[in-house]
Order: sequence, then C-alpha cells, then structure tokens
Amino acid sequence: MSARIGVVTFPGSLDDQDAARAVRIAGAEAVSLWHGDADLKGVDAVVLPGGFSYGDYLRCGAIARFAPVMQNVIDAARGGLPVLGICNGFQVLCESHLLPGALIRNDVRKFVCRDQWLRVENANTAWTSDYAEGQEILIPLKNGEGGFVADDRTLDELEGEGRVVFRYLHDNPNGSYRDIAGITNERGNVVGLMPHPEHAVERLTGPSLDGVGFFSSVISQLVDA
Amino acid sequence: MTRQIDSVKDAETTPDVTQPFAELGLKADEYTQIREHLGRRPTSSELAMYSVMWSEHCSYKSSKVHLRQFGEKVPPEAEDILLVGMGENAGVVDVGGGLAVTFKIESHNHPSYVEPYQGAATGIGGIVRDILTMGARPVAVMDPLRFGPADAPDTHRVLPGIVAGIGGYGNCLGLPNIGGEVVFDETYLGNPLVNALCVGVVPHDRIQLSAATGAGNHVILFGAKTGGDGIGGVSVLASETFDDEGPSKRPSVQVGDPFAEKVLIEACQELFDQQLVVGIQDLGGAGISCATSEMASNGDSGMHVWLDRVPLRDSTLAPEEILMSESQERMCAVVAPDKLDAFMAVCRKWDVEAVVIGEVNDSGRLTIEWHGAQIVDVPPKTVAHDGPVYERPFARPQWQDALQADVPTSVPRPASGDELRSALLRLVASPNLASKAWVTDQYDRYVMGNTVLAQPEDSGIVRITDDGLGVAISTDGNGRYGKLDPYAGAQLALAEAYRNVATTGAKPLAVTNCLNFGSPEDTDVMWQFAETARGLADACLQLGVPVTGGNVSFYNQTGETAILPTPIIGVLGVIDDVARRTPMAWEADGEALWLVGDTADEFGGSEWAHLHGHLGGLPPAVDLDRERQIAEIAVAASRDGLLTAAHDVSVGGLGVTLAEMALRSGKGARIFLPDGIDPCVALFSESAGRIVFVVPRSEEVRFTDMCTARGVPAARIGVVDSGVDGLEVQDAFTAPLDELRTASEGTFPSLFG
Repeated sequence: MSARIGVVTFPGSLDDQDAARAVRIAGAEAVSLWHGDADLKGVDAVVLPGGFSYGDYLRCGAIARFAPVMQNVIDAARGGLPVLGICNGFQVLCESHLLPGALIRNDVRKFVCRDQWLRVENANTAWTSDYAEGQEILIPLKNGEGGFVADDRTLDELEGEGRVVFRYLHDNPNGSYRDIAGITNERGNVVGLMPHPEHAVERLTGPSLDGVGFFSSVISQLVDA
Repeated sequence: MTRQIDSVKDAETTPDVTQPFAELGLKADEYTQIREHLGRRPTSSELAMYSVMWSEHCSYKSSKVHLRQFGEKVPPEAEDILLVGMGENAGVVDVGGGLAVTFKIESHNHPSYVEPYQGAATGIGGIVRDILTMGARPVAVMDPLRFGPADAPDTHRVLPGIVAGIGGYGNCLGLPNIGGEVVFDETYLGNPLVNALCVGVVPHDRIQLSAATGAGNHVILFGAKTGGDGIGGVSVLASETFDDEGPSKRPSVQVGDPFAEKVLIEACQELFDQQLVVGIQDLGGAGISCATSEMASNGDSGMHVWLDRVPLRDSTLAPEEILMSESQERMCAVVAPDKLDAFMAVCRKWDVEAVVIGEVNDSGRLTIEWHGAQIVDVPPKTVAHDGPVYERPFARPQWQDALQADVPTSVPRPASGDELRSALLRLVASPNLASKAWVTDQYDRYVMGNTVLAQPEDSGIVRITDDGLGVAISTDGNGRYGKLDPYAGAQLALAEAYRNVATTGAKPLAVTNCLNFGSPEDTDVMWQFAETARGLADACLQLGVPVTGGNVSFYNQTGETAILPTPIIGVLGVIDDVARRTPMAWEADGEALWLVGDTADEFGGSEWAHLHGHLGGLPPAVDLDRERQIAEIAVAASRDGLLTAAHDVSVGGLGVTLAEMALRSGKGARIFLPDGIDPCVALFSESAGRIVFVVPRSEEVRFTDMCTARGVPAARIGVVDSGVDGLEVQDAFTAPLDELRTASEGTFPSLFG
C-alpha cells in the first residue's frame, strides 16, 4: 500500500495542488486536508504548503497556527509524524513553535522569485534521507518574507545539533542569518524551508528534478517502517 | 443624522432642481438625453448611475463606431473556435477536448499613475474577475507596462510601486505571471501605461453569462464589503486628462485585498461546479450601477434592488456613493430560490459574505429602493447600452507627412568591427532591451506548477491538461511604429504577438487588445485611433485570428502631450503537447542557426534611432502573408521535432536576438553575416517577418525543404560553438558572454536599486 501524505489547504494557500502533484509524482497518495477540519484522515505525513494563509496581513502564518487542523498536526508532529513546511508552511511551523526562529521581510525589501542553489547540510531528517550530505540542489525560491532570524544562542544550538538542513549557496536572497534556508526539530521529523521543492519535480515546469528527493525520502521511510 | 433622500417621487414633483451633472463628468446634451429617456429629471441616484455608465471608460462612446469593424471583418476561422464573442466580459475560445480558454487585456493606467501600488494591484484584480465571471479558473496573468524615460524622477516614483503592486496582488492570488513588457518613452512620463492580461480555462458546460433571467430569482452580492473607495473611478479619473490644477484624484483609486479575491476565486469554482448560478457578473468599473443594469439589460428582464441591504465598510455612505463605489473583490450572481441554501453554504465555507440584495422580475425596469423610498426607476438598457455614441471628428495630423519624410539618415551607422560591437552592447544595455529580471523576479512564475515557458521567452506557455495541452500568450505593441504610421503600427503589433506565439510552437488562434491613446477630443489622436482600429481589424482578417474582446483607454494625455498611439495586442495560441514547445536557448555544439525571412534597410522607429533621439521615417514594412508562412514553419517544425530553439527578430534587430539567445543558453556561437548586406543593417535593422531557428544538423534538410516549399528565404547564419566566448561575428567582432551579461543584467539594478 502506498504512503498517504496529507496536504493542508488554508484559505489563501496557493501551492497546495502543486505539493499534492509532487507527492503523486514521488509515488504516494496525496490526501487533501481542510484547515477547518481537525481530522488528519490517518495520513502518514503532512505537508504545509506555500501561499498567503488568511492573507498573511498579520505576521505570516500567525493565524494559520490556530486553525482547527493545526492542533492535531502539532500534537502528531510532537509524536513523530513527519511534517514538511514549505515557505508559508515554514512560517506556520515557526509560529506553532515546532521550529525555532522566525521569518521576516526580505532584506532586499522585495518579493524574490528565482532558481536558488542550496546545500543539503543534514541528510538524516525524514525529508532529506535520499540526499547526500553536502549535495548541491537547485530549487525555486519565491517569497517576500523569507529572512530567517533567531537569536545567537538558538542559531548556535541549531548549528551544533546539525539542525540546519539547507543553506543558501552563492548569494543569500533574503538576508537569512547564517545563510539558513531550512531547519529541522530535534527529532528530525519536522522540516521547514523557504524554497519550494514541489516546483522542482518535472523537467517541463521546473529548473531541475532536485525536489523529488523530499517526497521520496519520507516515502521510503514510511515504507521501511 | 438624517440625510436628504432624492426619491423618484421627489424628481417628479421638483423638475427644476439644478443637478451637478457636469461635476459628475456628463455633458449638457447627455444630461438632456437622460431626461428624455426618463420623461423627467433623474434622481440623484439615477444621475450617479448614468454618469458612471455613460463615461468613456464604460460606454466606449468615442470608440464604438470604430470598434464595430472587429465584428464586421471577422475571419472565417472565428466560426470554428469562438464560443463567446465580443460584448461579454471576455471572449471564449474553444481549444478542444471539451475545454475552452478565455482571455482579455485591460488598462489600469490612470489609477496607477495616481497611486502606483494600488492602481496596478487592482488592475490585476479587475481583469482576473472578468475571467472568473466567464465561469473559468484563472491560470495566468501578464502585464505590459510603459513608462517615461528610465532615468526620470517620476519613473522612479511609479515603476517600483507598480511592479510591487502587480507582484503583491498577483502573487497572493496564486496566479503565475508569465510575460509582459516594460518599455520606456518620454511620452509616457505623465501617463504610464499599466495593462493587465488574464487567461482562464473553462469546460464548455461551465461557461457563464452575465444575464439576469427568471422572475423570482435572487440577486446576490458577494465578496468584500462596499466602501467609499474608487467612487467615480471610471468617470472622473479614467475619462479625463490630468492637469496640474484641480483636486487630488487619490480618493478615486480603489484599494485591493488580494486575499478576499483569492477566496472569491475558490468559492466561485465551487459555485460553477455545482451549477448554482443562473448568471454572474463581476463588480469593477461603475460597481453596482454596472452590474445591476447590465445583468437586467442582458437578460431582457427587470430587477428590484434593496440597496440598504448592501454590506458596508462605512455606514455613512449615501446611496449615490454605494451605487458608484468601485470597491474591489465583489461579485453579483443571480440564483434560483431552490439553490439559495447551497449557494450560501459554499460562501460560508470560504468565509465569503453573501447577501440577497434584489430579485429578478418581469417589469422591464431596474428599480432600487433605499429604506422604503424608491430612488431609481429606469429602463436598464438606457443605462447599460443606450449611452451616447460619438462620431468624433478626426483628421490626418498636419505634421504626419513631415514626420514620415524625416528618415533617420542623421543616425550614425556603425561600420567597423569595434563600432558594431559597441553598438550591440549599447542596444543590449538600453532600458528597452535590457534584462527585465529585476521586474519579473518580483512575480511568482512557478505557482500552479504548470508554467512551461515564462518571460523572457517569446511567449508564456501554461499547461492546461494532464495530457499536455497548453496555451501560449504573448503581448506586443510598439508605440513608435504607431506614431509613424498608426495603421501599420497596429498591424506590426499584431504580427509580432502572432509571431511570438508561433515561435514557441503554438498555433495562434485569437486576439485581445488594449488600445491606449490620448484624448479623443483631439482630431490628431482620433485619427491615430481610427487608423489603428482599421489596421488591426484588416490584419486580424488576413491572419485568420478573430478579435475576442478588448479595452480602450483614452485620455492618456497630460496637457497637450498625448502618449504615443499604443495598441497592445495579445495573441492566444494553443499547443497540443507542451513537451514540444520551442524555447529560445540553443543547446548543443553544431546546431545551425537559420534566419528565416528578408532583411531590408529599415531603421524608422527603431531602437537604434531611438538611442540617438530620432523618431521619423516609416516603420518596417508589413507583409502578413509572410508572417503567416513563417508562423506555419515555426509550428510545423516544432511539431515534427526539427528544432531545439527559436527566437523572433524584432526591436533591436538580429544582433539583439542572437545576444538574448546566447545569454539564455550560456553557450557561444559563431555568426557569419550574409554577403552583400551592410553589417549594420544585417545586425540592427528591425524588418518584420523574421525568426531565428536553431536546427540540429540531422534535421537541416527537412527544415530547409519546409522553407523552400513555402517560398520563404532562409539563410544559414551561424553555428552553436561552446568553444567561442559569446558571439563571434566573423570578420567583425567578438562580444564575450560576460560583457553581454553585464550589459543586459546591469541596467535595471543600477537604475532602480
């Protein structure tokens, strides 16, 4: 039986269909989860997609964390359920305190959409096991508030515990501290990043196929388990 | 506080009240016409409605007599593909497989000058709702933009705000922005152009129309609350020229809420899927006045509206203001009583506010009441369709002959290798031709995961079905060509958009247009407009691509200075398998570069002349038969797998085309210019009807046979060679990739930070 991966739709989610397509391309079943419905439908993993949940007129992700579905996502994540937050989803994970730090307006004061090189710093998380440590991957990036910030102690802790999962290569696009593009929790089941791996899963529509590994990683772990 | 209400009864009993029709933008004879329609003076609410609906922007009163040609010169191809033609909110084109595509382009020029961010943002919002109204899911947007000189202070005020507004709104809607243009010319300094195009996909059986039918059906207003923003946007803002005097027009600009529009899009998809609406109309220009009068008029029905039920952001708004407000993110639907509960359930799911504000009836009248008082009682057609029609006088400008006689002989012609090389670098770095990444990197081109090609490719292509059916869109328009010869300028704009779509491998199908001009009250401008409409209609007929709809923007004029006549033409094409699309970057060593078409000495209106401050002579010659032939070659060669890349030759000439291909590819090429032609002409002339095709060696014979069969000249002008750094033009110069890149990519960041 193939793995079932849930994709949450909040009002204002934009890349939810794209995340579901990536899940299917990687060989799993995509299950649509609705923000107002607490039921996780027994999924094996959850993706919080990109977009502007509730318009993001307050801090990005600040309202989404209170959605009925999120309480169960938060509890399940603490219990080890693999959760991937992409862009707005990463912001929701930070607001939910599943991941430390915060995302602020890009230092360039503009929305940035471009193909971004990343280095995989940790290939032991639920979502990166199909990569090699140090591997360089090309993934689209598109956000206005993608600057990752945290206090020095938190940053040192993240670095010390190997919880920085991705770093921007060449040119930091948004002023993220220490070029951090994505991080994980202590257990390695929750990963958040600003770039969009779901947009690098088809030759026709993406700059590479480097995003497939996110989804294949979690699928192979679910199958092994 | 009680407010004096001017009811229908009051209008009957006080016929001699002086009314502020002039302040609302109505002429004296128009006011008389309204009185004749009603057989009495209008109430203040009726006057408000007529003033916005009879504005130039809504009624097309100056352009109508010219636009009729699009309905008269209809190519036979239209019968096969047009499901909905002009007159509805947007035209609908059959693309096969039970699917249709709807697309339209509209202007938001005046609001964007007054308030760049919100003006541009709500331009996206408005065009997206037009597409949504047809029953479609919007799938992509693009924005053709025009600004004053790139180094002018006011350009630095409006450009960053406009780009941020387009991104801020479009990105939040989740619609990929897949193309567009950014062009600078001093005539746009006081009148920047912000045109917005949206394309949507709709199954045939889901196409919606904006007619109110079925007595007893509910009229529902849903979406955002109504506020005091945008009051008189179409009349006092979009239908007058700017001047230095006069009050600030900022309150006439609407304020956008993209999140409200995003949930409106999703709610509408469910309403359409569940077949819950009888008719639907978006609220844009002229707000509730437009939606109610047009729907009743289109349905040949009557309608009664309880205006006091409209949800308000500002409870102090007067009925006249509510009728005129252009608050964004609102829609109006006609719903049968047995579907009301299901309709409301969908709206609740998406947190979209919905209120029954009226009812369809058989009265043949549009009646509106406000807390029990009848404030409007009109035949809806007189508001929506029977507005004034003007035969504006026009005449060929006296200066036109002198302008055409002023051929660019004074413009220097580079001859030596060094001169040619620096001319190429100067063109590549010019604001009109430089990389637009600074702009387009602020737009999301990835969202929806179906973008196959996006700017800077010749056209944007999005996949619309899982089995690879795609649509291609390009917009083009060259105001300099239009100034030199508006008839030819319109045809060249169409030819370029048509060629761009074909270059990417898609078959051009249909046309939308946004005609941007100065004041129609100026006989010179009106002549430019008449010639443009005639040129475009003739060319559409000849190329076999029907006009499906469009928009006219007049009064792009500050004082005596009108903008260049700027028709922006959007062409829609279809490609059966997006995997066959032709990108612009060559791939591998040994691929041959074939220039198809003729090159003549044509510098009138060219970018090279523009860089020397010269505008005169004639634009490049138009040959629509040739355009059709090379488009056929581009589409057939793509389908047969003969190409790795292609790029059209237009502004800046062949040199710029090759430089753009090299930059996109990252690989160099050896170029050999044909003998017997001045290298300056070969590299920088802007002759139309040309495409550079990149053909692998194994396919060259088949490719040249294809050209020979159509009698189209093809010249082998180069070979891809990664051993060469950049472009090596034999016996002339080498332009290394790094230098080309610095020239192309440095311009916008150094201008705009």
